Amino acid sequence: MPAIKSFDELKRIREEALQKKQMKATPGNVQVIVAMGTCGIAAGARDTMKSVLNYIENEKVSGVTVTQTGCIGLCEQEPIMQVVLGDQPKVVYGKVNAQVAEKIMKQHVQHGQPVKENIIQI
Amino acid sequence: MREIALHLLDIAENSAAAASKNVSIQVHEDLLRDRLTACVIDNGRGMDAETARQVQDPFYTTRTTRKVGLGIPLLKLAAEQADGSFSLQSEPGKGTRVEAEFRHSNIDRMPLGDLSSTFLTMLIAHPEIDWTFMYQVTEKDSQSRDFVFESAELKSELQDVSLTEPEVLTFVRGLLEEGIEAAALQTVAE
Repeated sequence: MPAIKSFDELKRIREEALQKKQMKATPGNVQVIVAMGTCGIAAGARDTMKSVLNYIENEKVSGVTVTQTGCIGLCEQEPIMQVVLGDQPKVVYGKVNAQVAEKIMKQHVQHGQPVKENIIQI
Repeated sequence: MREIALHLLDIAENSAAAASKNVSIQVHEDLLRDRLTACVIDNGRGMDAETARQVQDPFYTTRTTRKVGLGIPLLKLAAEQADGSFSLQSEPGKGTRVEAEFRHSNIDRMPLGDLSSTFLTMLIAHPEIDWTFMYQVTEKDSQSRDFVFESAELKSELQDVSLTEPEVLTFVRGLLEEGIEAAALQTVAE
């Protein structure tokens, strides 16, 4: 990968990203939420986040909002990740290491099929 | 926590939760003085003296989901175990400054860890905050290098385009990784 450092480069990248986003009409908003309380971070939430971002980069997935939440009181299930597809109810996943995160991105975020074995029933 | 960078992520999360608009994360590896200093400074809602004292106690938290709050006590312990020190200054309405200092050569000092991942995670998780990331290195011969990143500049260039668009992510990740690698210590392998 060539070194990209200047903000001039960023201008071009911005234009490209904007065009691609307009071409791909995403069906509603896609939200990925990683829990990052002390418990989440200690359990590996940063690796989970990194895996989500790597997936977006490598598979060129446009239109995903990635955000965070604090401790939700299920510390033993950390790292926790939540996925919201459009108007559908929120799906909460537990024990989401880097591999599971990649699986969720592929199956659920991209193809709409929740990864059943990691869902936490609340 | 296995890395100082993970502690910083955790402490900076407190800053975000305190409704800060500006947060600065500063790391200085100083081989000349044999110190590693890590600092998180925010302009969030701050704490009164009593609360600032209590948050250093593991059995105190402002959260309601559980009765323990471990973030600050864990960092304090990590610093003190590595011949270092910990300080927390806060003023209601003004903000909070958390500083942890370690002896760089101390065998119990945890590794600095993946600073660029911590920075990238904070940028993505809290795009509403104006971040300043500073990483400074002073070698034994007193030569000094640093890397400074300010998210406000990035935000004004990007305007309405999200940081999580793949092309933008590649750019920002590259910027952070290359900047930190260029400034990092060459004499010490972690």
